[in-house]
Amino acid sequence: MDLHLPNAQPTPEERAAVAAVVGEESPLGWGLADVRARRHELLEVLHELQRRVGHISAGALAEIARRLGVPPAEAYGVASFYHLFRLKPGPPRIVHVCQDISCQMAGAGNLLQEGRKVAGTRASCVAGPCLGLCDQAPAIMVSQSGASPFERACGKADVDTVVRAVLDENPPEAGPANVAATPGHRRLLRRVGVVDPMSESAYAASGGWRALARALEIGPQGVIAEVTASRLMGRGGAAFPTGRKWAAVAAQSARPHWLVCNADESEPGTFKDRVILEGDPFALVEAMTIAGVATGCERGILYLRGEYPLAHERMANAIMAARTSGKLGANVLGSGVAFDLEIRRGAGAYICGEETALFASIEGYRGEPRSKPPFPVERGVFGKPTVINTVETLVNVLDIVTDGGAAYASIGTAASTGTRLFCVSGAVARPGLVEVPFGVRLADVVDLAGGLREGATLQAILLGGAAGTMVGPEALDWPVTFEGMRERGATLGSGVVVLIDDAADGMALLRRIAAFFRDESCGQCVPCRVGTVRQEELLTRAATGRAWADDGERLQQLDQVMRDASICGLGQTASSVVMSAKNRFPHWWGAS
Amino acid sequence: MISLTIDGRAVTVPEGGTLLDGCRELGIDTPTLCWAKTLTPVNVCRVCVVELEGSRTLVPSCARKAEAGMVVRTDSPRVQASRKGVLELLASSVDTSTAPTLVAFAKRYGADPLRYGPPAPPATDRDARESGHHHVGSGEVADTVHQPMKVDNGLYVRDYGKCITCYKCVEACGTDAQNTFAIAIAGRGFDARVSTEFDVTLDDSACVYCGNCVQVCPTGALMFKSERDARDAGTWDESQQTTTRTICPFCGVGCTLELTVQDNKILRVMSPPEASVTSGNLCVKGRFGVVHVSETP
Repeated sequence: MDLHLPNAQPTPEERAAVAAVVGEESPLGWGLADVRARRHELLEVLHELQRRVGHISAGALAEIARRLGVPPAEAYGVASFYHLFRLKPGPPRIVHVCQDISCQMAGAGNLLQEGRKVAGTRASCVAGPCLGLCDQAPAIMVSQSGASPFERACGKADVDTVVRAVLDENPPEAGPANVAATPGHRRLLRRVGVVDPMSESAYAASGGWRALARALEIGPQGVIAEVTASRLMGRGGAAFPTGRKWAAVAAQSARPHWLVCNADESEPGTFKDRVILEGDPFALVEAMTIAGVATGCERGILYLRGEYPLAHERMANAIMAARTSGKLGANVLGSGVAFDLEIRRGAGAYICGEETALFASIEGYRGEPRSKPPFPVERGVFGKPTVINTVETLVNVLDIVTDGGAAYASIGTAASTGTRLFCVSGAVARPGLVEVPFGVRLADVVDLAGGLREGATLQAILLGGAAGTMVGPEALDWPVTFEGMRERGATLGSGVVVLIDDAADGMALLRRIAAFFRDESCGQCVPCRVGTVRQEELLTRAATGRAWADDGERLQQLDQVMRDASICGLGQTASSVVMSAKNRFPHWWGAS
Repeated sequence: MISLTIDGRAVTVPEGGTLLDGCRELGIDTPTLCWAKTLTPVNVCRVCVVELEGSRTLVPSCARKAEAGMVVRTDSPRVQASRKGVLELLASSVDTSTAPTLVAFAKRYGADPLRYGPPAPPATDRDARESGHHHVGSGEVADTVHQPMKVDNGLYVRDYGKCITCYKCVEACGTDAQNTFAIAIAGRGFDARVSTEFDVTLDDSACVYCGNCVQVCPTGALMFKSERDARDAGTWDESQQTTTRTICPFCGVGCTLELTVQDNKILRVMSPPEASVTSGNLCVKGRFGVVHVSETP
């Protein structure tokens, strides 16, 4: 490829940042074949530039073009897609203040204003989407670029915290999450907060690696048989049978097969994967290894959202330790089977949680969803057969392999087996992560989080996140199962349960959700790109008592066209909460 | 050959063919904006959506491969409503004054460009917008992509207030034709836009002025400067124009040129996509060099 290189020159620091990821240049000059295969390193290179330099400059793009063979216009297109990259110089300190619903109800709007006042030109204080710390709302994230870079998330922020985040050398850090489970059903969370997440030996001593040993013993077909027998369904929202997905990839003749763990948890209200990644990282390494071995993958990628610095640190440590102790590498547990893992970080884009957008992101392209079919099991990342599962889905596999699929299937209900994690936040006494067997009532889930906050009157519950459903207090009696929710026109989605008390402004929450979708639409297809804008405009009118006469019909039409004609799940669900709230809480629409 | 049913009629398409191929085989007029025979389908405009039995959502006929036994409807109320809705969203957000095809589709499906209110005024900051942030307006006007035209060279203009982000120019500049990669989509969501790196001028970019982007643009967002100037001067008059096909005189490849001539002046050079030699693609000489014929005294 004969690329036109811009005239701008990289600084020595920018040159070094690129080299830190792709290696020093060969003295013999760059081999073309070598350069062409490097596009997938683009996102990591951009991260390194942002970390060391604080922004992506024209000179840096020239260096990227030269070292990675990515055209400058395309590299600019990728860099400008992600909101954690800055394209012009700015202060080295950036404070992201989450504005999504749990944080909004906890006063995030005020925090942002106060932060901006203090920041002046010394730091950037910016509004941002969900940081996955809804249990500790309101949440902020501090990132420092330059000579001593760091990133840190912090919960339960008040004005004082934000001031320290803007000014201090050493801003505060988030605390551990509250976790709770139905008695006898603490399975996915058994080690969280109990076993040292940085110690491989502690993991081994607490029953770790037993499932992997068993998986190697029963072989790929045995593992897939157990997973199929367990009737495990994907926990990301689509509830696809995991066993069927694995069997489909295992049967593909094209090679290599890829395993991808979707840890781009960005659904507002969701923090379950973060708690596992931070609290039991070795469990995910073990589960990914089992999945890889079972489906004929020699390599796996953990796609981790960019806003999870602590999870990144702990997962990187776990992968290194697993390699050192022979759990990963050319000879997994001495079995002769090869499997290894690497981490790829997202950079601030909700859409990259959509599986095909995630593949595009890994490959170094804009995180735009691709059409399905072909499905990932046939053509996924790098065009190869790919198993993609979320963190929660994968860690379920450990017990399935150890205890057998039948034992697992005996938990929960016939159509929803196993336990499920719920991210309970909002107006509850102990916001946190809750594990229950499928089939309990939603009230039981809320009770495990300490029940409704004292003095609060329940107004509404957001189920399933920004792409979920707004339901009334009557939902507390509903059984939490895939089928039970479907019958009632709701969804469990990613396990979000946000309790909304009567002090909250329902319309303000809907406007935030509409703003979120407008910000997070990739912009590829018309219904979502323009529809999310029109939805927000319509809600703005409604909130200020200026609704047009036929706005109800207009909203209905927007909902129809976004749901029916958008490429991916983002556009298809962008009006879901708004429509459910319109039916259930018409008084939020003001006088009408 | 693959047999399927569209609107209750049986049709066969070749292996690898799409639902759109099937529609065209049956003479079902199906609107498309981002599709072109010479480009890889990106299925982003969504005006060609059809109802496929067994599919939860509508599917893009341009990209969806035909499978044996598929049952497809193009005339259902659901399809009509979605096409109308998509066209309404497009027409409410871009300047359609040089996009007769889009306007005709909108008319056909009864799409009202003012459905979402009067258009917002042009913005001058679109190239500087950051992903994940936007200004919340009053809700009284419909946000648009209206913006000042970019005129940075003497050959063609870029009027992105007319851009529907169909990706055609990006594809033509990239691997589908030219392999120059001067432009890409930048930004996200409603602020997604066609851009050079850091919005540098075309002269500073990788652009080689082949004009293959102008060739594929469906809305007149990319336009010959000579055409733009004539339109601005009020002298553009299609009733006074002739179209002449000839062969490019500059080299031995033999590309077909299609000259738009008015008052004995060449105002535009296109190339028919069905032309056998280069499928509508030209180089800078054929595209922009021929106009000098009429400038020679």
